[in-house]
Amino acid sequence: MKKMLYSQRLAPYFFIAPFVITLLGFWMLPLGRSIIMSAQEVLYGDATFIGADNYQRLVRDRVFWKSLFNSIRYMVLTLMLLIPVPMFLAAIINTRIGSPRIKNFVKASLFVPALTSVVVAGIIFRLMFAETGSGLMNQVIGFFGHGPVRWLRQDIPGLVALLALAMWRYTGVNVMYFIAGMQAIPEDYYEAASIDGASKIQQFFRITVPNLKPTLVYVTTISVYGGLAMFLESFMLYAGNNSPNNQGLTLVGYLYRKGIQENDLGFASAVGVVLLVLIMTINITHLTLTGTFKKEESR
Amino acid sequence: MSRPREKYPLPRGLFVGVHTTFLVLIAIIVLVPLASIFVGTFQDGNDVIRNGISFDVDLAALSFDNYVMLFTDSGLYFRWFLNSFLLTAAQVAGTLLVSSFVAYGFAMYDFKGRNVGFIAVLLLMTVPFEMMMLPMYVMVNDLGLADTYIVVVLPFLAAAVTIFFFRQYFLGVPKELLEAGRVDGVTEFGIFFKLVLPISKPAVAAMAILNGMIIWNNFLWPLLVLRSAEKFTLPIGLNTLLTPYANNYELLIIGAFFSLIPILVLFLLFQRFFVAGMTAGALKG
Repeated sequence: MKKMLYSQRLAPYFFIAPFVITLLGFWMLPLGRSIIMSAQEVLYGDATFIGADNYQRLVRDRVFWKSLFNSIRYMVLTLMLLIPVPMFLAAIINTRIGSPRIKNFVKASLFVPALTSVVVAGIIFRLMFAETGSGLMNQVIGFFGHGPVRWLRQDIPGLVALLALAMWRYTGVNVMYFIAGMQAIPEDYYEAASIDGASKIQQFFRITVPNLKPTLVYVTTISVYGGLAMFLESFMLYAGNNSPNNQGLTLVGYLYRKGIQENDLGFASAVGVVLLVLIMTINITHLTLTGTFKKEESR
Repeated sequence: MSRPREKYPLPRGLFVGVHTTFLVLIAIIVLVPLASIFVGTFQDGNDVIRNGISFDVDLAALSFDNYVMLFTDSGLYFRWFLNSFLLTAAQVAGTLLVSSFVAYGFAMYDFKGRNVGFIAVLLLMTVPFEMMMLPMYVMVNDLGLADTYIVVVLPFLAAAVTIFFFRQYFLGVPKELLEAGRVDGVTEFGIFFKLVLPISKPAVAAMAILNGMIIWNNFLWPLLVLRSAEKFTLPIGLNTLLTPYANNYELLIIGAFFSLIPILVLFLLFQRFFVAGMTAGALKG
């Protein structure tokens, strides 16, 4: 026993044991069971194998396609908003002009929404997008001469509210990522370019953007996952998992409805498997493209 | 040759003015939602739920009644607050201990299976928990462990992001320190606890802040596990107040606002650790 405490051969296995146990016990085992359950009908604890029936039901299920469409639409739109906007803000914060104190205040303010829980943020945005004329957002559009909108009762206005919530919570974090990335770019690149007469705008597109590739890859990846797996933002904004015509229902929301609210475990597991396949395909493609597998093997 | 002049589209003074005004405007827009819920804490709860929050309020109708209610008659609110606080403290301590322990194994030793194990860490770093929601929920119910704090905490003690961060930090620790410990007859675990962990305070601080924020705000998994109201954490308790049949919307609004305070205080005190912890993953390339 005493010898084991000094063994450099055995020690690493003790160190990583908690991770291996977690991985097997809390991830692999439940996931494996879930895959099996997706081929079963589960009623009050009794499971019968029904082959691919759950998947056939899934393909014919309109609500499933709607939720998948909503998730993908949200993911694409957040990618289109939450990369260029934070990158632009990071670029103008990360310049030499302007007072550092004001810029620090701006950075801190942008970051504050990331500190709020999705519950609090959802409550605030639900109340800001109230449908009466006296809600904050209706007053803002009223100022521009537009009548009150019943935000959360219609598809596109509801999506606008959801995207506003996402922008509010994640812009600041992404700005921090981009600032960190920009600060890792050597100053000489810019000096050389400005001697050659490149304008600030040219410098941004020819030097900043290409050198931000690692940050861009990272932010894109987390945005893709976050977008596809979005659930709680919609759950809080609509005060529950039900929205008019399922306009706020996402893939994970559908999984929650079927599995947890309706206890249809076999069918819900099939929805979960679709999500798993989607996410793992993207994950493995991403790790292969960025060369992570090779890097770890050659270390 | 003279120093190249910076090119600005406008006269320099005006340019700085526009730049600063624009940034300050953005900061104000970002703070508006928080300011509006703050105004809401002085209003009648039913009014706010019906008409939304805004800055167009009748000043005469504002009162401190909700604050009095919060501290005298807020039911389980401070119970939830305390639960959240204790759970966060315990889970942060546990996560730091277990995750740094695992990270040390990956960083300091060459062993069979290390690469496969570390790729698993990288995979778990990006996999959203939502994917595991149902399988883990089913397992907890089958084992009859629902409504216990241990199940809220246990699956997340070996946390992938925290492991990754500590491993990067430990890679920078000189190997001579380990050799010196071995020469002095310290065990492999003693080297970690007595020599390496004490010099890792910056990493511990960044990860304590990051995990503290995530766990304080944690919602989905505790929502699935915890069932009895007196065990709820703040986010779950607040969520139960957001139903069409609730009769305590004042508590929902002021409670939501109050739940931000611990994190805001922590942020104002330790801003640089927040940014260090959050951006750690982005620069790995």
